[in-house]
Amino acid sequence: MTDVGAHAVTSPHFKDNAKAALADASLQNALKFVEVNFAARRREVADKLLEFEALRDSARDIKDHTLAHLDLYLEAYEQRVVAQGGHVHYAVTGEDALAIILDICRKLGARTVTKGKSMVAEEIGLNDFLAAHGIAPIETDLGEYIIQLRHEMPSHIIAPAVHLTKAQIEGDFRRVHTHLPRNRNLVEPTSLLAEARMVLREKFLAADVGITGANFLVAETGSSVIVTNEGNGDLTQTLPKAHIVLASLEKLVPTLEDLSQLLRVLARSATGQEMSVYTTLSTGPRRPDDPDGPDEYHVVLLDNGRSSMLAGAFRDMLRCIRCGACMNHCPIYHAVGGHAYGWVYVGPMGAVLTPSLIGIDKAGHLPNASTFCGRCEEVCPVRIPLPRMMRAWREREFERHLSPATVRAGLSFWSFFAKRPRLYGLATAVAARALGVAGRTRGRFSWLPLASGWTRHRHFPAPQGTTFQAEWKRRLASSSKVAQPSPLGPPP
Amino acid sequence: MTPRELILATIRRSLGVTGTEAPRRLEVATRLASRPKGVVPERGQLPPAERIDLFTRMVEAAAGTVVRAADPVDIPTAVATFLREQNLPLAIRYGDDPLLSGVPWDRAGTLEIRRGASGGSDLAAVSHAFGAVAETGTLVLVSGADNPTTLNFLPDVHIVVVSARDVVSDFETVMARLRGRFGAGAMPRTVNMITGPSRSADIEQTLILGAHGPRKLHVIVVGEP
Repeated sequence: MTDVGAHAVTSPHFKDNAKAALADASLQNALKFVEVNFAARRREVADKLLEFEALRDSARDIKDHTLAHLDLYLEAYEQRVVAQGGHVHYAVTGEDALAIILDICRKLGARTVTKGKSMVAEEIGLNDFLAAHGIAPIETDLGEYIIQLRHEMPSHIIAPAVHLTKAQIEGDFRRVHTHLPRNRNLVEPTSLLAEARMVLREKFLAADVGITGANFLVAETGSSVIVTNEGNGDLTQTLPKAHIVLASLEKLVPTLEDLSQLLRVLARSATGQEMSVYTTLSTGPRRPDDPDGPDEYHVVLLDNGRSSMLAGAFRDMLRCIRCGACMNHCPIYHAVGGHAYGWVYVGPMGAVLTPSLIGIDKAGHLPNASTFCGRCEEVCPVRIPLPRMMRAWREREFERHLSPATVRAGLSFWSFFAKRPRLYGLATAVAARALGVAGRTRGRFSWLPLASGWTRHRHFPAPQGTTFQAEWKRRLASSSKVAQPSPLGPPP
Repeated sequence: MTPRELILATIRRSLGVTGTEAPRRLEVATRLASRPKGVVPERGQLPPAERIDLFTRMVEAAAGTVVRAADPVDIPTAVATFLREQNLPLAIRYGDDPLLSGVPWDRAGTLEIRRGASGGSDLAAVSHAFGAVAETGTLVLVSGADNPTTLNFLPDVHIVVVSARDVVSDFETVMARLRGRFGAGAMPRTVNMITGPSRSADIEQTLILGAHGPRKLHVIVVGEP
């Protein structure tokens, strides 16, 4: 597993991160946008397309088929890239990928590199690495550019700067763009965008190398595919001398027809658009008669643990197409935002993927940061069973004795009773009665022994009668005699 | 072991295969050759005239504009009219495209014409699309001397000419046509699928048109389908 560059992993401090996020008023304000807008837009375009659910099945099946034959599709893909004048480089680890990219840049004498948005580049810490080796990386996606100015990680996989307000962005632009007039107006988002467009246009034209990620790699044609709205990825890969594609192995799809299926669910799930503005297929370098385009085309294929993931319980996670729908619909993400997760991948997909990439010992809190409400799985365009996989990580964490001592002690205390039903029934009945009597006057407790973790944040309601099991037994008995509705609703 | 061999070996160990199994190889070869279509939405499966209407509606929904021209000789007037409406100078750039090279540009009056790839100083460019997809209002452009890729991104305004008969129902049809033009397994350097003008919502999720690419996308549909 790779060391993740200068951005320290703070996943082990998820609880502190979350606490700070909850107290951050401007972050909370920004997160409201995610909760309301993204979900509503996805719903609207999904409802408009009759075949959307069938397309999700199709997308899932294509990814499953590709993963089951990944070795063969990789060989086919490589053959097509090379046949059309491109180069394919294999990187086992993040460090390997960094070394390959640096080598390409050095051979070209590159001093500046423009970058399209790439989560894999974040994963391997590419920007800090290039900067440390005398090459200036310039993020060109507006959101990525903003967080680069702030030396932050993305807080959302498709909206990296979603946690920031326009006033914060204005502050960053004034701090960095010191060559522009001080009295310029930057109040509106339009003026901020116009300034970024102007500043970055010069960078595009001056860059020696352009690095993009890939949403998909097509085995049939050896093409890499990027999906963007701004057009920055296209300028990044068209204007410089060389185009480097940095992509992880699982981006592969077999054919252009398969690509068409996946494109139909990607933008709809991500931004709620019918199609993103620019979907671009790049194949090899410019051809002899082409008046523009890069002279060199390199693909760096990153493994970084993915080939091993194919074996285990987390293979389904490799279907992920990075749309962000899971985080857009996640109550935990809505509450704490992306940075609390402490590394590159956030929300439910991050809670499953991060432990695979950096280890459950560091990322143990993430799969626990879920209410298991299941909305992530409901909206996932490739139907990844995210809650089931978070549960699998929790089990591993427990098996490896990584859970905190208090949790383990609590669980063994509970399991002692759970394994003895008679004793469990007796103990809970006594507790329910005792608490019911003790809380009779106020109906709730603001403090309970051994439960301060609960009562510090909310009241504990006083039991109003018998235990659930006793009530259930009584209900079953009465419904078998006379079929009348019980206070608990109809039987299952 | 090279990194390539190591990665392939790990994948095969994880999948419990050797890579030489004939049935697996056959399945992959068959899929790459037969290219099954999957689910193709009903939405675009329309008679030609209605297909153009759907394409127009979808482009407009993506904040682009569309006009019709009966014949290629009407393209210059359509271009000049649009530039005037946008208060832009009457200047365009285009590549070596045979259709665009063959139209009577002098009909548009004093239109300044530059040719070839853009270096970033052009306000308006004209391209001829390889095709378009009615399903989503998507234009499909291919790189080359005819229609240089820089024209799709550097100018402020992008005017795209597409023949009505090249507006097809779905992506699968365009993919098949690309194969017909460039050969199976081969592609031009760049295929741009463009749906509306450039935009960003990265600042407080406020949607703004004209991020790094064109601020305006204007489509001229030429002829009858």
